[in-house]
Amino acid sequence: MAKKKMKIRAWTEGARTTVKAILFHPMETGLRKDKSTGKAIPAHYITEVKCEHKGKNVLTCLWGPTVSKNPFLSFRFKGAMKGDSLKISWIDNQGQSATTTAKIG
Amino acid sequence: MNNTRRTFLKAGMATGTVAVAVGAGLLTPGSVLAAWPKAAFGTKKMDEAIKILNGSASTADSKDIIVDAPDIAENGAVVSVTVKTKLANVEKITVLVPENVSPLAASYILGKQTDGFVTGRIKMRKTSDVIAVVKAGGKLMTAKKPVKVTLGGCGG
Repeated sequence: MAKKKMKIRAWTEGARTTVKAILFHPMETGLRKDKSTGKAIPAHYITEVKCEHKGKNVLTCLWGPTVSKNPFLSFRFKGAMKGDSLKISWIDNQGQSATTTAKIG
Repeated sequence: MNNTRRTFLKAGMATGTVAVAVGAGLLTPGSVLAAWPKAAFGTKKMDEAIKILNGSASTADSKDIIVDAPDIAENGAVVSVTVKTKLANVEKITVLVPENVSPLAASYILGKQTDGFVTGRIKMRKTSDVIAVVKAGGKLMTAKKPVKVTLGGCGG
């Protein structure tokens, strides 16, 4: 994919790892109308985000159209070391998906 | 005569390809997704959404949960909401906005090593409370924070 689908930053301080991520997505609710044509813009939003560390699910997000455009996500978890990788993947209501792996710094 | 036969074959092949493509498209999300609770996101009743997600709608107010959101949101399309809690064994955090068309905004399922801390950005149609429901140790606890919205974020 030419366009970047997400940006992830993760770092460990003491026992805790903080993760911050931005997923690039239009997050259309399906309620908005195109002003030039008057037609409703079809709903297009991320339904599920999975964050995995060493094959274990750290966080699963179930999202609706209420989540803002280009969603931002931040959370903390224990048990990760520096250099470990963190995998974040999402899927939307139109069946599109993306997976990105980031190194924990 | 032959022409019609050709057209028929072509049409048949075309539909076949489309069907396969659609089938593949539909199968992929199904196998990846756990179970996205469509009913919970579609409902206009907040209690119903809480019940579908957590199995019960009876919640108790808790002082151990902090909903961190701005007092006044100038742009309802982007309202940053942080839910923090010191409760142990947090299983789920659900964020709801009662004044939105569908109140359920987001639901987070936490792993065992994950802290009770989640930040996200949501849209708000108008001034409303932001409610967080935390499931910890099988109990449902809730906290809320009023947010004044000066410019709505849903719809054009």
